[in-house]
Amino acid sequence: MRYAMAIDTKRCVGCSDCVVACQTENNVPIGYCRDWIVEETIGAYPDLALEIRSERCNHCEDAPCVRCCPTGASHIAEGGIVMVEHDDCIGCKACIASCPYDARFVHPEGYVDKCTFCLHRVKDGKQPACVSVCPTTAMIFGDIDDKNSDISKALKTRKHKTLIPEAGTKPHVFYLL
Amino acid sequence: MNETTITSGRMNLGVDPVLHAWGWEIPLYLFLGGLTAGILFFSAIFYLRGRENVFKAGIKIAPMWVPPLLAIGLGALMLDLSHKLYFWKLYTTIRWESPMSWGAWTLGVIFPLSTAWAATWMKDVFPRWDWKFLIIEKTVDLLIQYRRWMAWSLIFLSAILGMYTGILLSAFNARPFWNTSILGPLFLVSGLSTGAAFVMLFSKNELERKRYSQVDMVLIGIEIFLIIHMFMGFLASTSVGIQAADMFLGGPYTAVFWTFVVWLGLAFPLLIEIMELKGINVPAKLPAILVLIGGLILRFIVVDAGQSSRWLYKFME
Repeated sequence: MRYAMAIDTKRCVGCSDCVVACQTENNVPIGYCRDWIVEETIGAYPDLALEIRSERCNHCEDAPCVRCCPTGASHIAEGGIVMVEHDDCIGCKACIASCPYDARFVHPEGYVDKCTFCLHRVKDGKQPACVSVCPTTAMIFGDIDDKNSDISKALKTRKHKTLIPEAGTKPHVFYLL
Repeated sequence: MNETTITSGRMNLGVDPVLHAWGWEIPLYLFLGGLTAGILFFSAIFYLRGRENVFKAGIKIAPMWVPPLLAIGLGALMLDLSHKLYFWKLYTTIRWESPMSWGAWTLGVIFPLSTAWAATWMKDVFPRWDWKFLIIEKTVDLLIQYRRWMAWSLIFLSAILGMYTGILLSAFNARPFWNTSILGPLFLVSGLSTGAAFVMLFSKNELERKRYSQVDMVLIGIEIFLIIHMFMGFLASTSVGIQAADMFLGGPYTAVFWTFVVWLGLAFPLLIEIMELKGINVPAKLPAILVLIGGLILRFIVVDAGQSSRWLYKFME
C-alpha cells in the first residue's frame, strides 16, 4: 500500500477550502498552515496560462527529513505517510532545513509539525480533510499500489507532474495537467 | 514571464518569508566545535611526536580550555532546541544516516575524553594542584599511563568532530548553498586553523609559536583553495547552485564574506605570518585574533546564506 495525492490543476479554482479544512481538522495553530495555494501565471498578455496548485508535504519516498532526524521522530508510517512522533522530537529543526518544499514548521508547543495526509481519518476509511471538502473535486487521494483506485486511474490516463523532482526525493503529491 | 504567488497566504514562523530555522546558536556551536577539534588534534599530534616539554601551551594548557568551550557550545545547542525537555532522546538511538545523531554521539564521547585529557596535564601546568579526593587523584594517575591511547583516540575523534560540523550542513540537498561536499573539509581545515590560532594567542615559547604559525599558514592556504574550489563547483553546477554562488559574487553576502572572511580572516593574517617568519616586526597576536574572528564569521555567514538558498518560493524573499 502506498498512499498518494493527485491534484487536478484543471479543476482547482484556488478557493483555499482545503487550507481551512486542514486548519480546522488538525487544530493547526493560528498563523500557521500545513497546506497552501500557489498560483502560477505563465506567459505575456494576452497569451497567459494560469496554474493553481494546492501544495503540502509531498510524503516523499526518499524523505530527507526522515534521513536527517537524529531521534527517529520523523518516520515513515503506514502507506508511506511521513509522520512526526511529537514525544520523540527534540526540536533541532534539521528536518525543516532538509525539506526542499519548506513544508514543515515548529509548532508553538515545540515539536515539528506538518501535513499528515490526515492519517487519523484515513485509518477510519475516510478521506483527508482537504480532499473531503474540495468543492470542485479537484483532489484525489488513494493507494497507488491498487491499480483500480481512482488515483491510479487518474495517473494512468492524465498527464501529470511532481514539484521539483530534480531534488531527488520522489515526491508523492502529483499534479494533473 | 512567470509570476508565482501564494494566494492562501503562508507565513509560518521561522520558515517564511525566508527560512530561519537556526539563529546564532548553531554557528557559535559549529565554531566552538571546530576550534576545540583543532586544539585537541594538535595537542594529541604533538604529544605523540614527543614535544610535550617544548609545546607546553599547545599540548597542556590549550586542552584545558576545551571542556568549558565545548560546554558553551553544547549550551548554545540546547538553547536552539525548541522541544528542550526531550533532548535526551538523542541518546536513545543511533541513526547512521543522520549527521546530527553521530555528531551527538561523538560529542558524548569527546567531552569526557577531552576532560580526562586535560586532567592528566593539571599537575604539569599547576605543580601545586591538589585533587582533594584520593579517588580522583588515583584515577588521573591511571589515566596518565594511557595518554598514548587517549591521544590516538583524540586524533580520530577530533577529525570526526571538525568534519561533522561541515557535513551537518552539506547533507541538506534542500539548501543549495550547503549542498557541497567541500563544506566538510572546509570546516575541518578552518577548525584546525582556529585551533592553531588559539594556541598562538597565548604561547610564550618562540619555537612553539613558530611551528603553530607554520601549520596555520599551510591551513589558511588550503582553506583559500577550498573556498575557490567551492565556488568553481557551484558555478559549474545547476541553476540553484549558480544562484547560491551568486549570493557571494555580487549578491547580499559579497561584501561581508570577501572582506571579513577571505581578506581579514585568511589572506591578511597569512600575509602577517609570512612577514613575521621573514623577521619583520609585527604584532604577534594579531594574525591569531583575525583567524579566530574570521572563523566565527565564516560559520555565521554559511549558516545564514544556506537558509537563504532554496528551490521553491524564491518570490517570497
